[in-house]
Parts: sequence; C-alpha cells; structure tokens
Amino acid sequence: MGRPNDLVQGTLGLLILKTISLEPKHGWAIAKRIEQISNDVLQVQQGSLYPALQRLEQQGWIRSKWGETETGRQARFYSLTAAGKAQLEREREMWTRLSAAIDLVVES
Amino acid sequence: MQKTLSTLFRRGSETARLDEEMRFHIEQEIADRVARGVSPEDARREAMRQFGNPTLLRDEARRVWSWGWLEALGRDMRISTRKLMRSPGFTITAVAVMALCIGATTCLFTVVRAVLLEPLPFHDPDKLVMVYEHFRSNLSENPYNPVASGDFYEWREKTHGFDDMAAWQTTSFNVSDEQGKLPEVAEAGAGSWNLFRLLGVSPALGRTFTENEDRVGQAQVAMLSWSLFQRRFGGDASIVGKQIDLDAKPYTIVGVLPEWFAYPTARVQLWVPYASIKTSESIHWPDNHDSSVVARIRPDVSLKTAIGEVSALQYRIHMEHQSQPVAEDAMTRPMIEDVVSDVKTPLLVMMAAVGCMLLIGCLNVSNLLVARAAARQKEMAIRGALGAGRFTLLREQMMETMILCACGGAFGLLLAMAGTRWLMMHWKQLPRAEAVHVDGVVVLFACGVVCLTAVLAGLLPAISATNKNVLGALQDSARAVGGGLSKARLRKLLLMAEIALTVVLLIAAGLLLKSFVHLRSSDIGCASENVLTMKYSLPNAGYDKPEQQVAFSESLLEGVRRLPGVRAAALGTVVPGAGWGGDRVFLIPGHPLVDPQHQPDAVQRWVDPEYFSTLQIPLIAGRFFDNHDRLDHSNYVIISKELARRYFPNEDPLHKFIVMGIDVTNKKNTYEVVGIVGDTLYRVGSRVKSTVYFPILSGAPDSRRKTLVVRTDGDPLRFAIPIQKQIAALDPQLPVVDVLTIPQIVGESTMNQSFTASLVLAFAVLSLLLAGVGLYGVLSYLVTQRVTEIGIRIALGAQRSQVLGLVLRDGMRPVLAGLAVGVAGGAAVGVLLRTLLYGTKPMDPLVFFGMILALLAVAAIASAAPAWRASSVDPMQALRTE
Repeated sequence: MGRPNDLVQGTLGLLILKTISLEPKHGWAIAKRIEQISNDVLQVQQGSLYPALQRLEQQGWIRSKWGETETGRQARFYSLTAAGKAQLEREREMWTRLSAAIDLVVES
Repeated sequence: MQKTLSTLFRRGSETARLDEEMRFHIEQEIADRVARGVSPEDARREAMRQFGNPTLLRDEARRVWSWGWLEALGRDMRISTRKLMRSPGFTITAVAVMALCIGATTCLFTVVRAVLLEPLPFHDPDKLVMVYEHFRSNLSENPYNPVASGDFYEWREKTHGFDDMAAWQTTSFNVSDEQGKLPEVAEAGAGSWNLFRLLGVSPALGRTFTENEDRVGQAQVAMLSWSLFQRRFGGDASIVGKQIDLDAKPYTIVGVLPEWFAYPTARVQLWVPYASIKTSESIHWPDNHDSSVVARIRPDVSLKTAIGEVSALQYRIHMEHQSQPVAEDAMTRPMIEDVVSDVKTPLLVMMAAVGCMLLIGCLNVSNLLVARAAARQKEMAIRGALGAGRFTLLREQMMETMILCACGGAFGLLLAMAGTRWLMMHWKQLPRAEAVHVDGVVVLFACGVVCLTAVLAGLLPAISATNKNVLGALQDSARAVGGGLSKARLRKLLLMAEIALTVVLLIAAGLLLKSFVHLRSSDIGCASENVLTMKYSLPNAGYDKPEQQVAFSESLLEGVRRLPGVRAAALGTVVPGAGWGGDRVFLIPGHPLVDPQHQPDAVQRWVDPEYFSTLQIPLIAGRFFDNHDRLDHSNYVIISKELARRYFPNEDPLHKFIVMGIDVTNKKNTYEVVGIVGDTLYRVGSRVKSTVYFPILSGAPDSRRKTLVVRTDGDPLRFAIPIQKQIAALDPQLPVVDVLTIPQIVGESTMNQSFTASLVLAFAVLSLLLAGVGLYGVLSYLVTQRVTEIGIRIALGAQRSQVLGLVLRDGMRPVLAGLAVGVAGGAAVGVLLRTLLYGTKPMDPLVFFGMILALLAVAAIASAAPAWRASSVDPMQALRTE
C-alpha cells in the first residue's frame, strides 16, 4: 500500500498544488501528471492522494468542482484558490531552500 | 471552516461524492491499461490490486475530515445505548445506584461548599479573625472564651496590631404591637458602631450606627434586618427615621441591612448599638464574658504580633484583677472557623460517609460490569480477531459506563436539588444555610463526579474485558470448568473492598447513632413527659417595680392553675436543657479561697416555690422556697447537689451562707442555703454544673425573662393556646415565644447530632444494601459458571448440603476478609470520631458486634439464594445443557 512517506514527507501537497496551478485537474490526472513529469520516479499512491486532496480542500487551498472529462464522464476537478496560490509560493520557496541545504550537506 | 462545517452536516453526500471520485479513478486506470492493450479483465484486476481496498481508502480520506472523532463518538454512543437497552434490569439498577450515590455526594457537596468553603460574604474576608479570651486552666476542646466588654474596650483603645476591632452580642426584644401587628419577640444583635464598617457591609437603606450613638444612655437607635423590614413593615422605605418600640421603649430606625446579611445567624432580626444594652457599670467589667470580638488584620502587621500585643495587655488586666475570673491570654482564629465551629466536623464526617458510599456504588457497578464483560467475552474476542483495536474496544466499554454514570448523574442532580432543599428546611441549626443553593459550580462538581465514577467503575472491567487473548477466549468452551476464574477473582476483590468500606461506614454510623440515642435519652434531671414551657419577658415599661412583676407572675400562675387539666404550674428563668443561661462566681464565708483562678462558680436560676415539684426535681435536704421568700425576704437560696458536693465537702451546707460575687463582706449579696435539690443539666450532653436557685418572686432585676412551666394531664401542646390566652388577657402587649415541650427543647439542642447520626446511618444502610446486592451478584455468577461442575459433583454423589456449603464458603471468604479489613478501619474511624461521641467509647463493643452481625446477616441472606440454586441443580440437566 502506498503511504505518504513514499514521497518525501510533506511534499505531496506541494506537488498537487503545482500540478493544478496551470489548469484544474481531476484526481487521476493529477497522479498521472506527477508520474509523467517525474519520469515515473514519483509514484503517487491513491491511499495518499485522496486524503491529501481532502486535507488541502479543508485548508482552503484548493476547491473542487464537478465537471465533464474529454470522454464525457462526470469527474471532480480540483483548482487552486487564491490562498492556494500563496501557499504554493510559500511551499516552493521552502522547498528550494530545503533542497539547496540538503545539496550542500550531501555534496560537500 | 465553512468546508469543515459543511463536511459535518453533509457527510452523506460528501461520502457519495468521494466514492464516485474513486470509482472514476479506477475506471481511468482500467481505461489506461486497456488502451495499452491489456485485456479488460486483466486490466480491471490489476487496477483493483494497485488501488487497494477502496473501503479502507475511503475511510482514510474521510478521517481527514475533522469530525471523524465525533462520528466515532456518535457510533459508540448508539451501540452502547442499544446494548444497555437490551438489558434493562442491569441498566436500571446501575443508573439507580449511580443516581443515589452521585445525588447524595452532590447534595452534601452543595452544603459543605456553601457552609465551609465559600468565603464569608464580607469585604476581604481572609483578613477577618475572631479574638477571644483564653483561660490557661481551660484545657478542653474549646479554648475560645467569650470576651468581657471591659476587656474589649481596653484592647481596642490600647493595642494597635489590628486595623480595627468590633464587638457584638445577642439579646432579644419584645417588639410591641403597632397598627394591628401582633407583638413578637425578636432576636437581636448589639453591635459596636464600627462593626458594619469593619465587615465592609453598607446598609440597604439609611445608615449604620455612629460612634456617638454607641454610648450608654444615648438616644436609642436600631437597624432592621431585611427580613424584619419586609415581614413587618412591608418593605416600606419610609420606615427609616421612624420609631419602633422595643421592650416598650421607642427606638429610631436609622437603617436597614442588605438582604444577604445573615450574621451571626439569620435569626437575628434587628441590631442596636453595643453599649446601649450595657449600664455605665457593666460596660467596664473585665469578667462578664458575653461578647464576640471581630478584628481585621492589618496588612503590615503579622497576626502573631497583633494577637501577642492583645495577649500581653490581657495579662496586665488579669494581674490587676487577680481576685476575679479574668482571663490571662487572648486567642484568635479565622472568623469563618467561628461561624462554622459547631458543624464543621459533623459536615466533614457526613461528606466522608457519602464519599464512602459513592465508592461503594462505583465498586458495585464495577462488579456488575465485570459480570457483563464475562458474558460477552466471546463477542470481544471475535471482534478483536476481526481487527478491532484494543483501544476501540476499551473506548466502547468506557462509553457504556459513561452513559450509565451520566444518566445517574442527571437523576442524581435532581435528587441533590430535592435533598438540599429538604436539608435546608429541616436543619435549622446550620449556619450560613441562606448561602446554600445549587448553582453552576455544583453542576460542574456533579459532572466531575460523573467522570470520576465512570473511570472508577468502568476502567477495571473494561481493561479486564479486553485483556483476553483471542484464542484462549475462543477455545474457552462453556464446558471448561475453570472458565472465568480470573474474573471471579477480580469480582471477589472488588467485593472485599466494598464490604470493608461498608463495615467502616456501619461502625461509624453505629457509634454516632449510639451516642445520639445516649444523648437523647440522657436524664437531664427533670420530668420530660407532659410538661409545656413557654417564654415571655416583662418589659421595663409598666413593670419597672418588683411588685408589679410579682403581681403579674402571681395572677398568671393563678389563672393557669385554674385551667382544667393543668396539674401544676410554675415560673423559672431557664429550664433544664434550655442552655447555659448565665453563671456567677461566689464565695463561702469561712472557706479560704485557695486559688483566685478557681473561685467557686455556679449557674444561676430564679424559680418560684412550685418550680421543683412541677418539674419533679427532687428535694434532697432542707426545703423548697415558700410564699414568704419574696421581695424583702429573699435572701435565701437553694443549691444543687453538685454544688453541695463540690464546695461543701464533708459538711452540711444547710443554713450556711454563700456570697455572690467577689466581695465576701457584701451583706446584700449574702444568701442562706435553705435547700438542696437534685442536679439538672443545662444542656443535653453537658457536664453537671453547680447551680444556685434564687426565689423568682424576689423581683430581682435579673429575673425579668421568665419561662412558664406547666405540667398537664395528657398532651401538653393542647394547653398552649388556652395558656397563651391567659397571658394575653393579662397583658395583650406581651409576646410569648418558644412554646415547647421538654423533649422539643432537647431535640432542638441536639439537631446537629441528629442530622449527623441519621444521615450517616442512612448512607451506611444503603451501602449495606449495595454490598448485599454485590454479594448476591458475584455468587449468582459463580454458580452459573460452575453449574456443570456442580452437576458432575452431584452426579458423583456429593450431598446437596455439601454443595450448599461449597457455595456459601465461596461467598463468605471475601465477606470475612472484607470484614477483617473493615473492623480495623472502623477502629481507626472511631478514634477520629471521638469528639462527636457522647457516652460512647470509640471501640464500643456493642456497636462493633452489632454491626458485624448485621453485615453477616445480610451476607447470609444474599448468599442463600445462589447457594440454594446451586444445591438444587439437576445433574442431568446441567450436563446436557450446551
């Protein structure tokens, strides 16, 4: 079973926010997109994806709307809110600092 | 937040949407795989495998919603309620036990909090102390002696350790009839002018006394209590500045006290200045101990320093008046201690008793729960095997207890409200009763007790119920003979604790009850059947001459004696059992005074010639007063047997002389002893005190307050109205108070003991009942567990009596163990109760054996039914079942 710690702890939120920052996506598309962009390195397990989406929605960073997919099926599309955009910026900045710091330590 | 709330209220549709979303996800996965050329069936299987358990996933996602715990709680509550409803017998028993215990505890807490814990309703009450005199020779439990007014004025003037000191004492007045209102006797306080300022009490109307008004012989002023103001004057504010007649003298009403003010008791109806009830002589006496002194601690002086200064001054006063009973020291204690001194220990004892009962109730419910847990052992094991976490099971179990206790608590709170009201209505001796009421804090306390009881009653059974290895429980077939033994052990242990506590309670109750019975039945030295007493007080106006008083007394007695059914009538000042009533030191000419600190001292009474025969106080030697002992011929006294024994050892006191006061040469105060009468007690439970009787018809000023004593044929209370009519016929202005029989007088003075004894007894009896039910439960359970074993025994030839003995032995073992622990505890409690006991030793054998027997009897009855059931087991039936 997928567990949140399959990904670096706490980064799933950032990945989801980033993924839907361009356009609204449904859950499956978000997972696929993350896998695709990361060349299949980051595997998003459903067990973590949906709780994470619920959590982000409760925080008010994303909102969901039911819409039609290209295939004409009803699905839930997630999009960023204004607060979510701000949060994305914060998390991105934090990630940059963190990864730079880790780089420094690992590469020294 | 909006989202959070919406998830709470639209959980259903939200869940459906989540399901739909996940279904879509799986469909997409399948479609993805099919697109890559996998066959639809394989694609579905793979997708499902990768996705995992949708139900679990859904639950995990839902857990993010912040209301998960609430849902779980609701579910637990639903399940628990359903389970409880399925066994109404158990539920009703448990709720009733809890309601009773929580109700009694809450009720007692309400009283204890209001009386003992709440600060007094005055300004900065922590700084208020009482100051007393203290005689070094007084080594009794109560070293706090009232203060003489002379000493108080010295203290106030010459010491500076306290912010201020104020004095008060109680008295009473005849409030005259005016505008058609009946005359009445009002208890009154005489307080120094600064008393209300010191307490920080401002009047509801008008003002308090001024320094100028608080002088002997000054203009007479009075303050009304709120209740007198409402009751007698209809709350008419214009009464301030008007006059009220007290003892037929006009007083100007200067103010009304606020409604909440009930110091020293709610019975005090009005206040006059302290000095106004003194004479210019008596106000300086250093040995007339009749007042209470309140002082406020100065923030910059320690209490020890302040009282040390007063004490040093008091010692100087003592040295200046060596021949008089003037105390050597001053003592202090917090004001609240003074207010509650009579009821503190009784209340704490009751609180402890009710705490014991609560604990017993918890143990009982705990016991019942263990039995239920045993019956549900398999259910628990199966649920555990199916993956229910131990914590979940524990939580569910606790929820059941919580519901039981909460229901019990709700009913208990109602009980507590009713109980508190009943107590306040009947316990008239309780100080600060006006402050007792059920409020938020009490409700909070009840909630606290509910939680505590839930934990006490529920945790042990819950842990033991969930603490079973799964396999063991599942394999544990009903036929296994040793099944559930560990649970039986736990129950027996609980039972033992219950019985030990019950025994302690029983012994405490027994000791208190015995001492109360002893107290009530103690002989106060006079007839108690068919005697009616009533008090009146002749005012100065109209009765200022002794002849007028005597004339009134004689016409009254004559009228009363003529009433049909009246056997005898007499007058006295204070009847036996009705209180101290004042004492005085005296000297015996020819007897050297060995120690001025131990000058002879006697309680003083004024009586008419027929007083002793009416009250059937026996004459031991000499004669009673006769009709010549009046007015000018009044220098005769009658003494009590105790006085004769103590102060005239080895000689005949008849026709000897005693001199009242401290001046042996004072002819006016010299009296000849003409008779010796039997001892009487001034209060039930007190020691016998030397008493000296003066003729009431002497018209002495001290004998204005009188008690009419009437012995009648049959019920004396029938005569109350005819006698009062006689008094009204003689003087319609004269109010009569305290129309009481002797047993009623005794009853009023033993009210605290009565409440302590009867409440603790009630708690003990309830606990005994609970213990009996507990024992019955444990034994019934054991018998049910061992039916098969017993069947085999009987089949193999065991006699019914042997089986009976087997079960009884099983039941009696925890009883005896508990009894042993309890008796030890009871002995300790007896010693703690020592101060409340009267005529009863802390280790009273009668009480101990009686209570042990009572417990054994209840235990035997409780064990009899299960034992009988066990002995009548049909072996075939027993072996075939299951």
